[in-house]
Order: sequence, then structure tokens, then C-alpha cells
Amino acid sequence: MKLELRFFASLREALGVPQESVTIPEEVKTIADLRSHLAQRSDVWAEVLGNNKVIRCALNQQMVNAGTLLEDGAEVAFFPPVTGG
Amino acid sequence: MVTTFIRIQEADFDLTTEITNLRKGDLQVGAVVSFLGTVRDMNEGSQVKAMTLEHYPGMTEKALHDIIDQAKTRWDIRKTLVIHRVGPLLPEDQIVLVAVTSAHRGEAFAACEFIMDYLKTAAPFWKKEETPEGGRWVDARITDEAAMARWEKK
Repeated sequence: MKLELRFFASLREALGVPQESVTIPEEVKTIADLRSHLAQRSDVWAEVLGNNKVIRCALNQQMVNAGTLLEDGAEVAFFPPVTGG
Repeated sequence: MVTTFIRIQEADFDLTTEITNLRKGDLQVGAVVSFLGTVRDMNEGSQVKAMTLEHYPGMTEKALHDIIDQAKTRWDIRKTLVIHRVGPLLPEDQIVLVAVTSAHRGEAFAACEFIMDYLKTAAPFWKKEETPEGGRWVDARITDEAAMARWEKK
């Protein structure tokens, strides 16, 4: 499955990546799976995406939960809880 | 008739001009309620010299449309305007404007507060403050979650 990843705010800064295209293995099916998969990339990724961090996620620009299923070609964004207004 | 107006912009805005334009030509309007958010020079015990607002283009507009649609199903309101600034801002600057028109004040007051509470927790904006200790991303507030949650019970 191909995905377009986006990272915002403190996550973007810590990872040094605003956006990237990835192809993920078949066993990665949900948002939670994707987060664990990405966390295995390096210590920095593990630190930023670790389970002790509160992270929000959007699938095709809609806020979703950890259990949401990924879709081929989707835009998946990770970011901290929002602080606008 | 288009009744929802959303603008994400770096530029400042003029409150009077925006409200005048929003209610102009709509003779059924008897109430206009607006909320204006501004930049404070202190946050969590530190001096704030400046801040930068980042957002998620595309999702921001969708999230705000969704919030306003929800408000329209709950209250009988006429038009709604949300302006949110992004980019660099200084203390005293205007950040956000939510303005709602309706026939009577009750609906406009409630809808304006609802939209603002939802914006705080559901619209993808992030603030980074410049303090004497360096740059820091603002943490989300528990009180904002609580402010949104109280609308779920009603």
C-alpha cells in the first residue's frame, strides 16, 4: 500500500520531515500499526512516535482514531494536539 | 446563498469591516455576536516575545466547515465568518475572529461560543512561542477539552 505521510508542528521539527511518500508492508493495516511501523525507523522516530506521546492523526484530512483502517493512496498526517484560537 | 465564510491568512483584519460585510443586505439579522482572540505577552509563566502559527492547509478549511455545519444544525443562525491568522504574530495582535449573525441574540451567542470551543480542539493549528528561554510549542490545554466536552452533553 502506498501512503502520503505528513507531519506538523513539533513532530515535523523533531523528525525533520514535512512530507514523504511511502510504501508500507501488507501487515500494516491500521493507524496504530503505521505508527509502530514508523517508530522502528530509528531512535528519533521511536522517541517522537512512542506510545507515551499524545499524538493526533488524520486520514485524508479527517481526524481519526488509532484503530482506523488505512486506505491505499491515502494522505496520513501525524501531529500534536491542536493549539489554535 | 453562501452562509459560511472561512479565511486563513497572514494579513491582519479589520473587525468593523468584517462585521459590516457579514450582515450587509440581510434584513432578517437582529443580532451579531463576535469573538476576537488576541496574542498575550505571557503564557505559563514565561514572557512571550513573538509566536508563529502553523496549520494544515486543506484540512483546516474542512475542519472549520464541519464545525460550522454542526453549529447550523443546532442553532438557527444566518451567516458565519471565521478568520484565523497564520505565520508570525506579536503580542497584542489579533489571531482569530468568529462572527455569527442571527435573528435573535441567544442563537448567535451560543453558536459563536460553540464554534470557538470546537476550533480550539478540532482545527489543525499549532502555536510556537518565542520566549527568553527559546522557542517552544504550546501544549494543548485540558480546559479546552473540557470546554468542548460540555457541548456533547447538551
